[in-house]
Order: sequence, then structure tokens, then C-alpha cells
Amino acid sequence: MADAIPVSVTVNNRTRRGLVEPRLTLADFLREQALCTGVHLACEHGVCGSCTVLMDGEAVRSCLLFAVQADGSRITTVEGLAPDEQTLHPVQEAFRDCHGLQCGFCTPGFIISVAAFLEANPNPTDDEIRHGIAGNLCRCTGYQGIVAATRQAAAALREEQP
Amino acid sequence: MSSTAATAVRYVGQSVKRLEDPRLVTGHGRYVDDIMLAGMLHVAFGRSDLARAAITRLDTSAAEALEGVHAVYTAANLNHHNDSLRSSLHPPETPAPPANMLADGDVRFVGDPYVMVVAESRYIAEDALDLVDVEFEPLDPVVDYEVAADSDTLVHPELGSNLAHDLKVPNPAQREVFAEAAHVITETWHQHRQTNVPMETRGMVASWQPHAGVMEVWASTQSPHELQHIGARVLGTGEHKVVVHFGDVGGGFGQKIFLGREDMAVLVAAKLLAVPLKWIEDRRENLLASNHARTEQMTVSMALDADGHFLAADVDQLEDDGAFPLGGPASPGAMATMLYPGPYRMGPVSWRARTVYTNTCGRGAYRGPWQMESVAREQMIDRVAREMGIDPLELRRRNVLRPDDLPYLVSTGLTYESTISPDKTLEQAAEMIGYDEFRAEQSKERERGRYLGLGIALYIEPTSMGMGALGTESAMLRVEVDGHVNLFMGTGSHGQSLETTMAQLVADELGVRPEDVTLHQGHGSGYGFGTGGSRSAVIAGGAARAAASGVRDKVVAIAAHLMEASADDLEVADGVVSVKGTPTASMTLAQVAATAYKDSDALPPGTEAGLEHTARYKAPPAVHSNACHICTCELDPGTGQVTLLRYVVSEDCGVLINPMVVDGQIAGGVAQGIGGVLYEHCVYDESGNPLASTFLDYLLPTAAEMPDLECGHVVVPSDTPGGHKGTGEGGAIGAPPAVFNAVADALAPFGVYPNRQPLDPDTVLGLIASAGN
Repeated sequence: MADAIPVSVTVNNRTRRGLVEPRLTLADFLREQALCTGVHLACEHGVCGSCTVLMDGEAVRSCLLFAVQADGSRITTVEGLAPDEQTLHPVQEAFRDCHGLQCGFCTPGFIISVAAFLEANPNPTDDEIRHGIAGNLCRCTGYQGIVAATRQAAAALREEQP
Repeated sequence: MSSTAATAVRYVGQSVKRLEDPRLVTGHGRYVDDIMLAGMLHVAFGRSDLARAAITRLDTSAAEALEGVHAVYTAANLNHHNDSLRSSLHPPETPAPPANMLADGDVRFVGDPYVMVVAESRYIAEDALDLVDVEFEPLDPVVDYEVAADSDTLVHPELGSNLAHDLKVPNPAQREVFAEAAHVITETWHQHRQTNVPMETRGMVASWQPHAGVMEVWASTQSPHELQHIGARVLGTGEHKVVVHFGDVGGGFGQKIFLGREDMAVLVAAKLLAVPLKWIEDRRENLLASNHARTEQMTVSMALDADGHFLAADVDQLEDDGAFPLGGPASPGAMATMLYPGPYRMGPVSWRARTVYTNTCGRGAYRGPWQMESVAREQMIDRVAREMGIDPLELRRRNVLRPDDLPYLVSTGLTYESTISPDKTLEQAAEMIGYDEFRAEQSKERERGRYLGLGIALYIEPTSMGMGALGTESAMLRVEVDGHVNLFMGTGSHGQSLETTMAQLVADELGVRPEDVTLHQGHGSGYGFGTGGSRSAVIAGGAARAAASGVRDKVVAIAAHLMEASADDLEVADGVVSVKGTPTASMTLAQVAATAYKDSDALPPGTEAGLEHTARYKAPPAVHSNACHICTCELDPGTGQVTLLRYVVSEDCGVLINPMVVDGQIAGGVAQGIGGVLYEHCVYDESGNPLASTFLDYLLPTAAEMPDLECGHVVVPSDTPGGHKGTGEGGAIGAPPAVFNAVADALAPFGVYPNRQPLDPDTVLGLIASAGN
């Protein structure tokens, strides 16, 4: 077994230090060491997007990265989006309002992907939404509620921006 | 039921926001992989890479010696716990493949588990699998289900045949009609192998408590009681010793109703080791070895008179059961053939249903397991319409069941109740899509070289089937001391929103708000078969209503006594009992509850202390829902690409509990149907190697492929409490033939007609190339 390597990762504004095997994926590190179990693994080969997190502000698939590659970075998971326990992030709120989730398993990855997508494209057309979120798979909703939620969240976030 | 007037309907029918969502959108759901117990070890299975082979050598010593490995199990040290592994729906007298947890002596499909490693991490467990010294002697497999029945090679030599079922019900009247009919048209329709693909794979955490003899289980299941039931049998203990914790479940679509061989192996190993074990199936395992479905064909002959009236039908179904069907070799073929007449006056029907074993992944339930009836029938109707030169909508109008026909006794023995409305959903969908306008546009565009198509699918779905183990559900409802309502049910909600919809039913019946009701599933609930088969709204809902009604009677009786009012004058709403017309004269449910528990001397004489009621609802044999799907598409003859343009659904699921949830169920089913016809395919090569083992090969539809869905509702209440009908599976039943028919229609100018799926670009181009041959 390879020697363990020290890593320090800031996860949702809290610094997590750990000794990890080089082969430990970032997803497993986040789930098992940082206890962010909202990071979901549904394919572990980089297609479904369920494990999507923000790494230094950019949406990445945490199943395709090793924890050692995240050393020194800032990670935001779905647990880190809501401003406080009484308030949801506009994207989370929109998913609830629009029935953008059923079983909820793909939802954390979708919410992170949508948040990143709207950061890059605050005023998307429906066609841009559909292609912008096509990197995440959902098996329950037929994407109807997810597209509607993205639309609603875009409007809400635009309103937040002065 | 209730001695006083029913509480007003306030929440049923509203798109109440889901009570599940705050935890799920913030990452605080609790799925099985989120359970982490002290000292927990991890399981990985070694699986066959060959479709059929003898195991000639199996030495696990090197794997056992790896640091971090705690145990390596094979058939030799695990399978003696094989006692009956049969599901509740699988009668003990029917022949079945050997119920081995691990392959014993030979492997019978790619993915067949033959070794199980328990180690300190999944990483180490998989390292150890590489050290298992195994040798196979390859044998010729049976891969093609069309020839399996006649093959000398047997998938299960113990059974003496590859034919699992052969049920024949000839009808002499059908033959007589065929002999005289103006038209008899025959076609064989093929579906192709698909799989459920819940986003959360299967998985289990099992923790044995020695001496107590208790097995605690956390599982991704649709049926916590089936798990308890089979788990107790596998472990040789009482059901009260198997404690099933039910958390969030990331989809199932039928895959998580029954226990798999791996689930049972994990339970047994957890007991042998007395250490908590976790097994989380990976996606490759899920795609190769959980369950497949829809590998089937139906040969249909239909007799018609000169005006296109259906006169009789002959239906012959053949389905692939794979090697080890999940949940047992029960086949939906009999249902598929019996349901073939669908929402039409079909006349006498003869039918036959066969199921065969092959060296492939076992068949399992997949949303609408017998939807081949609608696939074959609706595709056949379009085919017949083309052949007879009748518009497909008009042909359906001539034959659809109308109110005057109801109740209707189908030739195959089913009875449709008077509360179905196929004619209404047909007309509503036709209006929504703008049928005549589309036909005009279509013919105009064809002249310009644009190939548009429209497909219709009309169906009736038996939901909430009240038979055997499926027949009932229970609800235990308790108003706690502070007035909050705890509801314990045998369901297994895995996306269906039962925490919200059951709360809506209770809210109206009892007179509280939905957020005052908490649904508890799994341990502590009364027996029920769980969630699947479009059964929860009617059967579980019936139980929830009855339990709430029982408690409401008591609430009103206690409040009447305390308020010195007549029970008939009281109403209960939003947790407050008040005198009708005098809202100031009131008391809260919490005050009633406090009296019931803590001041029982103040209760009406003879009233039992406490505030709870348990009820069990028995469903009728079936509650039929119906729907019509119509979609339009454009076909690119250069690339073979099909783009869906519009998709409308008109459905009748009776009284909608939560319209948002109903539309969501329909949309999910439609997406699976679209995926099934156009993209998804579990391909095997002729040696039995599965070629779709990742999401790069097994293509799920994404948001970019899904059209906007437009839903219309026809509401004819059922005769069951509340007037609901099941709707969970319907989308996946109607969508495949609607999409297929749309593509077939777009291909009409080429003079070709498809009879098999998938309709991927290669297939479509092949059909176009064959035009004129």
C-alpha cells in the first residue's frame, strides 16, 4: 500500500486535514473524512454528475479527482450553499418549488451544476438551460421540474444582483 | 366510517410543496451509503466474466492473506444458508433456478457473483478480488432467447428445460371470427433489453447483535417488510429479530422490491462475522447484474371488419427471464397477454405466454412490467390503420370503449369498472396536440422534404392490485401529547413523495396541516408490501385515511365532552377543534391530546386513554387508470436522428392528491419510455458479453433530449376511498408505443415500417436504406 499523504482542503469554509492514500478519490474524501454525505456517487466514471462540487469556484466531478489533487483548494458541496439553517439557496428553493427532485439522489450534483451554470450564464434561454445541465443525469423527473427550477433560480439570482 | 360530517377537503388536490425536500436539496438526506457504523467493514463481489463456464479452480488464500481483508466467502462457506430465498410473490411450488447466493461450481451469466470479500475498505476488498485464483472452463452459452426453448444447452440443468413458463389459453370463438373476418393482419413486435437504472444503486448495511440475535439493516429498498420477511428466513430467525431502518432511497422503478442474492449474502456474512458490513453496488454491477427487463416479443393477429372494427385477436408473447430473475421466475407475460385488449372492444382473444431462461442477467420488475401489451397493441393499431388506409385517431375512435360499454368484461377475464375514461383522454390528448392542424402541417412539410411524425398510445392500466401479499396496507396513526401526528406505514417511498401525499390525506381527514404529520416507514410499521405497482395512493392512502378517520372520531368525541358541545356541531381544521359558526369556542388538537394522555379522568366516560388508531385497507382486485400519450417528432433522413417536438399526456388517475407530484410521476415515466425507444439498450454480443457496462454505452436521456411535457387531466373518481387511482407506472407504459408510432409515421413516405426497437440512428438509416427493396 502506498504511503499516506497529508492533505488540507477547505470544505464549506472549514479546513479539513487528513492523511490519504494517493488513490483515494476526492468524492470518498469528502464523504468519509469531511462527512459531506450530500456528495453522491452514482456512476464513479464521470458521466452522471451526481458527485459534482465546486473546487475553487469551478464545478468538478469529485469521482474523477483524487483527494491529493484537491490539496490546498476550497471546496463547496451542496451542504455549503444555504446561507443559514432557515434559508435555502435560490437554486435549492427553486428545486423545491418546481418539483425538480423526486428521489433526491441526483439532486445535490444538479444543484451545484445549476449554481455554477447560472454564475457563468445568468440569463439563459431554455435551450441553453437544457444543454447547460445535460451533463447531469436524473432518472425520476424527466427533467421537467429541473429545467423549470433552473429558469426560476436564474430569475431569482438576477434579482439578487444589483 | 366517521360519525360526524367529513372534514372539508383543503389539502388534497393542492400542489403542496414536498415535506421531503428541505433535507434532500441541502444534502442532508440519509441514503444507505451515508450510514457509517463504528468498525464497519466493506464488501465487494467477484463476478463472472463469462456467460457460462465451469469453475475448475477457486483458491482464495492469497486474497485472504492481504492486509485489511477479514473474510473471503465462496459457495462452499456461504451457501449452506440458502434456505428458501423465494419472494412473497413467488409460490413455493413453482420450479425455480437454484437459489444460490454465490455461484456454486459453475457460472451462468456475466456478472454472476462467485466470491465475496470483506475488508476494511472497498478499495482493499477490490484489491483482494484481484488476488482470487480462479479458473474457468468456458461452455457454450444460450444467449438468444428466441431459440432458447429449443436449445440442447441448458441454462439450469437442474430444471431440465430452458422453458420457464408456457401458458396457453385458446379461445374457439376467436378462431371462428378469424375464419370469417374481412381482414386479418399479423405482425411480431420486439422490445429490447433495458434496465431500471435508479441513480442510487442497490446497497445494504447490516449489523448483527450477537446474543440479542438481532439483525439491524439499513437498505435501499422499496419494500422494507419484504426485506424483513426474507431476511428472517435467510438468517433462520424470527421477523421481530430483523430490524429494517428505512431512510431515503434513490429510486428503484421495481429493482428494489425484491432482495438480490448479494443482499442475502451480506446478511449472512454480517451474522457470521458479527461485524457491521456495508455493500454498495457500483454502476458496472448495477448495469450488468442487478436486473434487466423488456427483452420480449409479441406476435399479434387482429381480425377487423371492412369498416375497421376490431373483431378478435390472437396474442403470443415470448419473454427472456435471463438466468436468475430477480424476485423469482414469475413472468409478467400472462398479464401482458391478458391485458392486450386494452381500452377497446377487442372481441374474443386467444393468448399464449412463454418465458425462457438464457445465460444473461435476470429479468426483474421495471416500471410497468407488462407494458408489452400496450406496446404491441398500440403499435399494431397504427400498423393496421396504415394497411387499411384509416387515420390512426379515427381507427381508435371507432373501437374505443365508451361509457355505454361500461362496466366491461374483457374476453381474457378482466373486468373494467365504470370509472374508466379512455375515450375522454383520447379526445383531450388529440385536442391538446392540435391533431388536425398537425396532420395539415405534416403533409405540407412532407412536400418540402421534412419528415414529421405523430404517434398515439392509449391504454388502461390495472393499478393498486388487491391480491395476495399485495392486497393490503396498514397505517398506525398516533397524535402525540403535543398534538403532532406520527404515521407509521409499511410503504417504501423512493421518490413518490409519500411523506407529503400521505400527510395531505391525513391532514384533510383529521383536520390538521400536512406539516403536522410525519410519515415513518420501515421498523415499527405494520406489514405491507411496500411501494411499487402504482399501489400506494389507493392502498396505502386508504389505510392512512381510515386511521385518521378513526382518530378524528375520538378527537371530536373528547372535544365535545370537554367543550360541552354536540359532536355534530364540531369541525376540525388545521389542528383546531371548533364549534361550527362559533370559531371562538374552540380547543387545539394539542389540548385534546394532552387530555387524552395526561388527564384521562377528564375524558368522556368509557373512553380509552390515548389518541391513536390502526387501520388496514384491503384493495379491490384492481383500480384501472387510463391515459393517452401523443407525441410528434422530426426525423432527419440524412443522419437517422429523431427529435421529439411535442409531447402531450391526458390521463385519468381519479382524484389527484397532489397535481405536482402526479405530473412528476408521469414525466419520469415518459422519460424512461423515450429513453427506451431511442437510446437505452443493454447489448449482448453472441458470446453473452454485455457491451453496455457504463453510462457511456448505456445512454440515458438528458435534459437536452427531453421535450417539454404537457399534461392534461380527466378526473373520474374511482370507487375507492378518496376516488384515487394509481399512476406511478403509467408514463413508462404509454411513452414507448407513442414514440415508436411517431417514428413509424415519420418513416411512412419511405414505405417502410419498423417492428423492433431501439429506433436509434443506425436502425432508422437502415430502414430508410431498405426502402424499395
